[in-house]
Amino acid sequence: MAKELIKGNEAIIKGALLAGAECFFGYPITPASEVAHAAAFYFPAIGRTFLQAESEIASIQMCYGAASAGVRCMTASSGPGVSLKQEGVSYSAGSELPIVIADIMRGGPGLGNIAPEQSDYNQVVKGGGHGNYKCIVVAPNCGQEMCDLTILAFELADKYRTPVYLLADGFIGQMMEPVEFPEPMTIDQSHKAEWAIMGNTETVRNLITSIYLEPEELEDHNRKLQRKYAEIEKNEIRYEEYKTEDAEIILTGYGIVSRVLKSTVDALRKEGVKAGLFRPITLFPFPKAKFAEMAEKVDNILVAELSNGQMVDDVRLAIDCAKAKVHFYGRMGGVVPTVAEMVEKVNEIVKG
Amino acid sequence: MAKDILRKPGGFMDTFVYKPGHDKKNTHYCPGCGHGILHKLIAEALEDLGVADRTIMISPVGCSVFVYYYFATGNIQVAHGRAPAVATGLKRANPDSIVISYQGDGDLAAIGGNNILQAANRGENITVFFVNNAIYGMTGGQMAPTTLVGQKTMTSPYGRSVENEGHPIKIVELLNALESPAYLERTTLEDSKNIAKTRKAVRKAIQCQIDGKGFSLVEVLAMCPSQWRVSPVESKKWITDNMVPYFTPGVKRDVIDEREGYYPERPEIGSETILELLGLRKEKLFRDRSMSDVPEKYRNPQIKVAGFGGQGVLLLGQTLAEAGMRYGWNVSWIPSYGPEMRGGTANCQVNISEGPIGSPVVDFPTILVALNKPSLDKFEESVQPGGIIFYNTSMIDRKPARTDVEVIGVPFSEIADELGNLRFANMVVVGSILAKTKLIEMDIVKDALAEVIHHKKFIEPNIVAIERGASAV
Repeated sequence: MAKELIKGNEAIIKGALLAGAECFFGYPITPASEVAHAAAFYFPAIGRTFLQAESEIASIQMCYGAASAGVRCMTASSGPGVSLKQEGVSYSAGSELPIVIADIMRGGPGLGNIAPEQSDYNQVVKGGGHGNYKCIVVAPNCGQEMCDLTILAFELADKYRTPVYLLADGFIGQMMEPVEFPEPMTIDQSHKAEWAIMGNTETVRNLITSIYLEPEELEDHNRKLQRKYAEIEKNEIRYEEYKTEDAEIILTGYGIVSRVLKSTVDALRKEGVKAGLFRPITLFPFPKAKFAEMAEKVDNILVAELSNGQMVDDVRLAIDCAKAKVHFYGRMGGVVPTVAEMVEKVNEIVKG
Repeated sequence: MAKDILRKPGGFMDTFVYKPGHDKKNTHYCPGCGHGILHKLIAEALEDLGVADRTIMISPVGCSVFVYYYFATGNIQVAHGRAPAVATGLKRANPDSIVISYQGDGDLAAIGGNNILQAANRGENITVFFVNNAIYGMTGGQMAPTTLVGQKTMTSPYGRSVENEGHPIKIVELLNALESPAYLERTTLEDSKNIAKTRKAVRKAIQCQIDGKGFSLVEVLAMCPSQWRVSPVESKKWITDNMVPYFTPGVKRDVIDEREGYYPERPEIGSETILELLGLRKEKLFRDRSMSDVPEKYRNPQIKVAGFGGQGVLLLGQTLAEAGMRYGWNVSWIPSYGPEMRGGTANCQVNISEGPIGSPVVDFPTILVALNKPSLDKFEESVQPGGIIFYNTSMIDRKPARTDVEVIGVPFSEIADELGNLRFANMVVVGSILAKTKLIEMDIVKDALAEVIHHKKFIEPNIVAIERGASAV
């Protein structure tokens, strides 16, 4: 199919519709609003449901309902809105409902600003709401991945019956790049009759719930969830490596930062510094083993984020006591580091 | 002689399998509680209306959190107060299902106040049964939004006061202020006459949904002897004496017969049509071209376009990116966004590259387009040595100071003005860039215009503007 020059936020919606999404429930917030704009335009155009909810709290609960009815559904927001959605995400994780949530991150805390940050990492990757749960988190770094990872998010949500986040920053959401869209997928949702409530005789005995009154029962349910997360960690880790084979220092970051780091690697290589880029594509499951392996080979790992250092904690946990030293470089408030800035930071590290 | 056979209504499960413990036959409600009566009326109605199999009951948070123990329907348990939002999702996803939201007063009128208001205002085709017993039961007798003035609860131990907590909320009257609801009634469970009225209201509310008439809600004044600290018998009188005078029963809204039934349909749409409707089946001109066809110093440009908001800065960049893509090159476009937006200038950053684009952020452009003076002042220094600056002599009264870059001054705004509209200035720039850099051919940029300009009538004048810009350098 011919390529389209398209905003990342809009690519999410076209990807979702090609993946068979039936319902979108959302609430406007910059810099995620184009997701809702595109959904409002395209969902009804092909006979599907778009509804602007009264709040972020309601939009995720509408997804809770639609997912329970056995259809693919999604919502989208940014930091402050995602904070509000956490109630519904916890319930969805507890009730094991497949829902896709796009978070186009902005600056925080509080109202912050609308510029790109990556400060939702903790609230998205670490659970965010109450209870012992995790969501699968995929982190696109280009327009094509805004489409492809949205489709993957729906597949993983269905496969594991769990909420999945597409975690992007404002830059990736606002940027236009060429995207090649796939053919529309025919999605067989009949297997969901096992648990969903489709308003028919076949599913009338199904129950969607997150309440387990007996402590032992709730513990069993929690253990089941933990087994599921372990299974996800076993099967679904995704990452990209760039010039890491002979690298002496590994640069790592996701989203827009990984794009800056890629150029940084090229610039450093020209100066004779053997740098490589490791980009986690899934943030949960986090590529722990890969980091542990790299940490035995290199002396230094530099984690860059548009935050106060959130993913860096996972890197430190992953490498445990391996030989590599973990460094962190973060910008906040919407400031994106330049390639020159990153080159300087790396040179400080390697040249001591 | 006929023998009465006592059995549960068909809308109930025969055995309450989800209920923990040994007793799978009786409900968990306290003696004298109103929930049991209302449950029975709903279960009977679902059986008689023949819709139990396609009904989804929503269990809220509160004493009725265990609604799912009892009803032989699809069941879903939800967060506190969110039932109307969940009901919306269920109904929109599957309009054929019958969705019933069963909620208490804390759930519906306090924490879920906005959710019920908005669902009612959308006219969601759902049915809500709202149990008002003027108190929180499950959590241990705290004040509800419907607790009466003077009523003592665990959180209003001196009695609810108007000064501190305001007056009790009258939900059906509140919702009656909205245009959308089809049916709103308040009933009570205080005696058999009123239970009969409630029975009728329950049926009517469900039928309203079956017929596609829209939002229906029945507020039921119900006994809570345990938390009112009275006997089951006294609790009925408590309703009569205390609740009925304030929460007057009756039909507050009934426009069911005035309305046409609405049944949303989900059309079957084939793959090709989907692609067309998503705009993915347009004819576009693509052409293989090597960047080596472009003069060396203009290859793989990193472009920054800056000007006032309204000068078409973003569209200018988008046109270049769209055209560059047509050669199979990698492109990226980022609008002014975040801190860059400050200072009254809008800008965008465009990369056109034969190889992959790492960072799409253009900190040091090879091509700068400055449409006004603040933009030149701000970005002149950042241009890479050997780069090129296009500046708008109509609005910039100085020459760029840099001597290590190529400088092209064109009265972009004046040319646009001559063409009849200042808004064409951006396309005059496109023409000048094309002519100077040989980066993009005229037929490709014309085809790209059709993609970036949504109003077809503006395409032709913009082409003229491009041609004028091309002849200006």
